[in-house]
Amino acid sequence: MSTTDIGNFNSLAAGRQAAAEHEVPAPSAATDGPAWSNMKAPDARSQQSAAVVITNGRRALKVFLSNPNALFGTAFLCFVIIVALIAPILYPDDPLSMVGRPFLWPGQNSAFPLGTDSLGRDVLAGILHGSRISLFVGLMATALGLTFGVLVGSTAGYFGGWIDDVLVRLIEIFQTLPSFVLLVVLVAIAQPSATTVTLAIAIISWPTVARLTRAEFRAIREKDYVVAARSLGYGHARIIFREILPNALPPIIVTSSVMVATAILMESALSFMGLGDPNVVSWGSMIGTGRELVRTAWYLTALPGLAIVFTVLALNLIGDGLNDALNPRFSQDR
Amino acid sequence: MAALLQVDNLTIRFPRAEPVRNLSFEINQGETLAIVGESGSGKSLTALALMQLLPRAAQIPNGRIAFGEQDLTKLNARGMRQLRGRDIAMIFQEPMTSLNPVMTIGRQIAEVLKVHEKLSSKAARERAIELLKLVRIPAPEKRVDDYPHQLSGGMRQRVMIAIAVACKPKLLIADEPTTALDVTIQAQVLDLLDTLRRELQMAVVLITHDLGVVAQWADKVVVMYAGRKVEQALPDDLFNDPLHPYTRGLLAASPRLKHDFHYRDGALTEIPGSIVSAVGETGCPFRPRCNQARASCGHHVPQLIVPAADRLVACPFTTSSKAVPHAAALSH
Amino acid sequence: MPLLSVTDLKTHYKSRDGLLRAVDGIDLVVERGETVGLVGESGCGKSTLGKTVLRLVDPTAGRIEFKGEDITVLDQRSLRGVRKSIQMIFQDPFASLNPRQTIGEILEAPLVVHKLGDRAERRQIIADIVAKVGLPPESVSRYPHEFSGGQRQRIGIARALLLNPELIVCDEPVSALDLSIQAQILNLLVEMKKEFGLSYLFISHDLSVVRYFADRVMVMYLGRIVESADNATLWSDPRHPYTRALMEAVPDPARPRQAAPLGGDLPSPSDVPSGCGFHTRCPLATDQCRAEEPEFRAIAPGHQVACHFSDHIN
Repeated sequence: MSTTDIGNFNSLAAGRQAAAEHEVPAPSAATDGPAWSNMKAPDARSQQSAAVVITNGRRALKVFLSNPNALFGTAFLCFVIIVALIAPILYPDDPLSMVGRPFLWPGQNSAFPLGTDSLGRDVLAGILHGSRISLFVGLMATALGLTFGVLVGSTAGYFGGWIDDVLVRLIEIFQTLPSFVLLVVLVAIAQPSATTVTLAIAIISWPTVARLTRAEFRAIREKDYVVAARSLGYGHARIIFREILPNALPPIIVTSSVMVATAILMESALSFMGLGDPNVVSWGSMIGTGRELVRTAWYLTALPGLAIVFTVLALNLIGDGLNDALNPRFSQDR
Repeated sequence: MAALLQVDNLTIRFPRAEPVRNLSFEINQGETLAIVGESGSGKSLTALALMQLLPRAAQIPNGRIAFGEQDLTKLNARGMRQLRGRDIAMIFQEPMTSLNPVMTIGRQIAEVLKVHEKLSSKAARERAIELLKLVRIPAPEKRVDDYPHQLSGGMRQRVMIAIAVACKPKLLIADEPTTALDVTIQAQVLDLLDTLRRELQMAVVLITHDLGVVAQWADKVVVMYAGRKVEQALPDDLFNDPLHPYTRGLLAASPRLKHDFHYRDGALTEIPGSIVSAVGETGCPFRPRCNQARASCGHHVPQLIVPAADRLVACPFTTSSKAVPHAAALSH
Repeated sequence: MPLLSVTDLKTHYKSRDGLLRAVDGIDLVVERGETVGLVGESGCGKSTLGKTVLRLVDPTAGRIEFKGEDITVLDQRSLRGVRKSIQMIFQDPFASLNPRQTIGEILEAPLVVHKLGDRAERRQIIADIVAKVGLPPESVSRYPHEFSGGQRQRIGIARALLLNPELIVCDEPVSALDLSIQAQILNLLVEMKKEFGLSYLFISHDLSVVRYFADRVMVMYLGRIVESADNATLWSDPRHPYTRALMEAVPDPARPRQAAPLGGDLPSPSDVPSGCGFHTRCPLATDQCRAEEPEFRAIAPGHQVACHFSDHIN
């Protein structure tokens, strides 16, 4: 439905209080007033109305912070990050070393609050140290995938033509392969280590970003302000990074939070299958080793499983919150 | 004769603003009433209020919209649904976005007939073809199976009109029906609307920002500014002797085709500032931009006065049009 | 030597419906200090013509000369110098400013790209231009969405003026604005023209605006110019039936209503009619019009028409 009034009306409403405060005295008698044809028109009062409208970024932040789910997600993620940072201080020893009697249930021994596994390794130490690898892989794989995906997507979307054709073929090659199978193959070929796992996850996740970025760039490339930038003689790099990218970012940011979650899940899956780095403990490998004992000592799979569930949930909540905050259709109504 | 539609003291309120305030007007059967104003004047919201299609955040705290016996502001959703499309119909500015892109135009027209007149599919299709003929779409038997994207902008607006008049409504609301169209197509569409108005004895509320359209197609004009009616007149009176400073300003500011005035002859008369200045204004909403504003204009909103028969103006200081030479030159 | 001279310019696109002849053989001259109005309905190719002149769209054939230099074949790098001299003002003041940059950033970028002045000088240049287009100085720290349509168009004008251009292509600069704001912007454009000695190529669908604003007017239909004359002549003695129809179609309060002057729709530019492109809608069309393409010929000094029957119209 089209109505021309509603769009204007938001700014009108926002300006209401401001304009009321800056009441300008009425011009004196009409005869003395300047003939309006000679007046300049710097709509001075609407300037004041403009002052109360917050900028895009700040409005988005406000919307994000007013969303309890997003706040919970952020708080939990911060908690996980802090845990990952202080894990070596709390448990300076190798979490893979055997420190106690095996099969201690949580609460049985106060030295091991979450119990021990079949080899007598501390479960709490494992979960704390496991958060390091999960976060490392999740964040690094996303950062790499994001960088490469944005570069490919923006190049394809901005230049179009044969460059676009070639890059789209490349993206399609990756997207037609079942991604988890590809991941397993990649890790199996390389030596499994945190670095190779990260790289492998990045390799299977960049095409999504590239497609998204390309679509955004193709749409924004046609906008008048980009045409204006071209008419002013700006170079390609400036147009891509200064004019288009900042406007293409919101959906990419939203996607990237979900990408971190997906990467964490993939790392866990790999470790569960025994394809992770054998030298470090991760949530996935803990579930993997506890798998056979799930009937007798279910806590060995349940506890690292909960860690994964909550972290991934937190990231998804953040993603939803970002989506609401950065999507103007939602933020307009508030 | 009682008016077909009578709007009394209509106010539309949003949580943080009142974009339409104390608006009153009436339309008789078969009459075209034009509501003119720029964006932010509240004219489109008024149209939506008549259809009871306001955004959810909007309220109507006071006022009455009397349509025949009924007060539309009091009518429940079900009653309103029965009126919409049958007794009151509306056409929008953007014919592209107001048609469903995945349905043939024939089916979209038939849909209304099935809902309100309970026609069978076959009968509805026959009527759809008749209606396409009525809005002068060439080869209607073939066109009836076209999708909206296969039609030009002017054709789409004709289809919108066909849908709107399908049930012979008593009142047609046209919200900027020709703004998205080219001048030559605009003339065709306005011609069509006017013919249909006569043939079907409809009343038409024509919402527009184009003074030229108003002059040639309206029986009565309401000028709105910042949610209020500032002037009401017959078109001839309005253009020959505009009374409100805003109306005068608008007429003076618009370059006219037949008016021999070139940039080398001098600057156009401007209305300084913008409509945003009306926000939070306690007195006359036009005061911040008015060249005749006095201190008293800021005290209270001016009442509508009756300076002559069939006229209303919301400015106590209005004088003869001779005060504005440019506008005077317009009237022959 | 004219400032801008365009010869037999063609811009064709490949589209799903086939070859789209947006601009199809246009000659155009803009003299120094002149405002040339380009009138036509949507889809007639006037915006494409404007963008082709700026080399934002690559021409298919023809020649564009700016101050005698052929800019048709220049690559993007060599075009930079010309970019400073030809600028553009856009129709939609909401779409033509990057929403994520402050006005200061928007206005500084052209200066940085063309390496004009140091930081302090640039700030001064921006402050001057902002004042000149009638905006308050604090505007530079604001974002585009904080401004009304008219104010944004002022910012667009400021950006176009920054690099001291000689020619500005105005693509419907006032048609997205409210009537009460249009006059402000038109007056500003006239003022700037006087102050900076600008020439304009003024593209518009609104005849009354062109009537006020142009020195010479060209009427465009389906990618071609159908009539070209100086302002006064065109309005007093239009010779192409399309020009007449356009003028009659504009509703004017000072004139009684008449029937719609033209039936039918603009044909698709990918399926241009044979002979005279206008014959499908022309009230005077004959078999000759359907078969033969009329020549664009001078009927008086400075007045050219592409119609077989231009002599019979009065």
